[in-house]
Amino acid sequence: MKETEIHPAVASAQPYQLAEREEDTGLLFESEEARDRLRKVLSRYPVKRAALGPLLNYAREKRGWVSVEAMEEIAEQLELTPAYVRSVATFYTMYNLHPLGRHLIQVCTCIACHLNRADDVFERFLDETGTRPGEISEDGRFTVMEVECLGACGFATAVQINDEYFEGVTPEKVVEILEGLD
Amino acid sequence: MSYPHRHEMETTTILSRYHGDPEALGLEGWLERGGYATLKKALDMQPDEITEIVKESGLRGRGGAGFPTGLKWTFMPKEPSSDRPHYLCCNADESEPGAFKDREIIRWTPHLLIEGCLIAARAIRADHVYIYVRGEYFPVTRTLNTAVTEAYEAGHIGDDILGSGWSCDLTVHIGAGAYIAGEETGLMNSLQGDRAEPWIKPPFPAQAGVFGMPTTVNNVETLASVPMILENGAEWYRQWGTEKSPGTKLWCCSGHLSRPGNYELALGLPLRDIIYDICGGAPNGKRVRAVIPGGSSTAFLTDDELDCETTYEGLMEAGSSLGTASPIVMDETTCLLKAMRRIAHFYAHESCGQCVQCREGTLWITKILRRIEDGDGRMEDFDTLYHLCEQLTGRTICVLADSVVFPLRSSLDKFRDEYEAHIRRDACTAT
Ligand SMILES: Cc1cc2nc3c(=O)[nH]c(=O)nc-3n(C[C@H](O)[C@H](O)[C@H](O)COP(=O)(O)O)c2cc1C
Ligand code: SF4
Ligand code: FES
Repeated sequence: MKETEIHPAVASAQPYQLAEREEDTGLLFESEEARDRLRKVLSRYPVKRAALGPLLNYAREKRGWVSVEAMEEIAEQLELTPAYVRSVATFYTMYNLHPLGRHLIQVCTCIACHLNRADDVFERFLDETGTRPGEISEDGRFTVMEVECLGACGFATAVQINDEYFEGVTPEKVVEILEGLD
Repeated sequence: MSYPHRHEMETTTILSRYHGDPEALGLEGWLERGGYATLKKALDMQPDEITEIVKESGLRGRGGAGFPTGLKWTFMPKEPSSDRPHYLCCNADESEPGAFKDREIIRWTPHLLIEGCLIAARAIRADHVYIYVRGEYFPVTRTLNTAVTEAYEAGHIGDDILGSGWSCDLTVHIGAGAYIAGEETGLMNSLQGDRAEPWIKPPFPAQAGVFGMPTTVNNVETLASVPMILENGAEWYRQWGTEKSPGTKLWCCSGHLSRPGNYELALGLPLRDIIYDICGGAPNGKRVRAVIPGGSSTAFLTDDELDCETTYEGLMEAGSSLGTASPIVMDETTCLLKAMRRIAHFYAHESCGQCVQCREGTLWITKILRRIEDGDGRMEDFDTLYHLCEQLTGRTICVLADSVVFPLRSSLDKFRDEYEAHIRRDACTAT
């Protein structure tokens, strides 16, 4: 689907592709596409402020993370204070308030995965990428983090890499998964 | 596998009939399977008639609390005025550790969920539905987005639905990683563009919910169950389950199991049959040591306690709760102290921080358990932990704080030897 064909009902819920993000240059809401999305999102809620979550998601969708400048822009668009936007953005875990590697690897170590060797899977990802939790690998490709339950507990260990799920991951499968990423 | 595969004959696939059938995903395939016929039927009915049937069916909310769905709908005002529109929020924030059923429903039958949402919206006289999907669910959000777009284009959502003169919009809203956004008032705050902090009721959602307007919040599985009930009638639905817990339920089985996964089962089977017959017990011939039957917010049961009936009332009697019907099974090799610490860590991570007891208490619990695990435990820690259980029960804005107490208190009561062994720095009692 081309960006311009997004139906307003789903404009606020576009899954992101971290790997295809645009260069972090210039203002977020300068492009026609962004203004179109903004219009569509605003048309779905009775109050402007409700578009905050969707716009933070949009910023992440385009850039892979949400910068202070992006938050200021969003604040301006929605007539909110930058402080308010930050207070909301910092509440959630998924707005990525720092730059990340091209592939964000999130290993669920929550209880059901924990019972199925998730801690070993997590360690293995760190070892193979040569990073500590949350760091960007030297080649810029990877960031590895722990995450709480991903809702795939029956298929433990669950790992989310950008917008894709990997299920039934064992430490032995880690290298193969990494080799499949660019 | 040596254990007899009884699970084929035990499942009752009515809600999950089309799970695994890729043709049911698209609108065309869905219509071929009789999709949206019940919506048509509902469009010819009065809102209260729909509510009455759902009430008679005894359907209970599948989001965890088990509140009767039909009754909840009657709390909504009878007529919306133009300045006080009604809203329906579909709770697809599914984040309870152990639960992975709503994802399965959206993944295979997105149109079923849309149909259920629209019928419920008609019943509560709402003209806008928000489906709040947890942010991590990218793959199923894509599926849902496609279905919503298709349904809009075919006139199943929007203005003058199927020529009935009734209009209703539907918007997919994506979350951003917060368990607490699954709590209904947290969800509504999040939808409004606030932090997902729960509020003290009253006001109840039906009085002043999202955007200050009358609102009903229902779980995905609840709403997806509505079309079949309306199609076949309340009596039909009641052929499964018990008087107080009618119908079927999707069970999400995880942990140490030979056949983990989703199973739709009539309510009322013995929990032991679910764990052993349907899921094949623990793999590699291990013994089951403990089960959390309803997702991480429910109390532990030991292997000896599994002969209870899997209904809301049956599990309550057994000292636990049905919750989201998500048993997490731990075999004899599991260190239950470590497992409890991992569960406590989840709540410490997800506490929204408004209430001191919850914000500090969940953190203390995690730290104490970690310290015992690291070999620095003291016998007094039992008193502190029980004291924290007291402090975290019934004193906070929402029940997230209570949710950690259920597994914690039960594990202290039932597996005290495990904690003591760690405190004495003996070997862990796990084999
Ligand atoms: C901490 C917390 C988290 C919750 N998370 C969810 C959730 O992820 N999904 C859900 O449907 N209900 C969740 N609930 C229950 C909701 O508050 C609400 O009761 C439910 O969505 C109502 O729908 P139902 O009546 O159809 O069950 C949660 C409750 C609490 C206290
Ligand atoms: S109990 Fe915990 S999660 Fe619930 S409102 Fe209070 S601090 Fe927030
Ligand atoms: S515990 Fe890992 S996906 Fe639920």
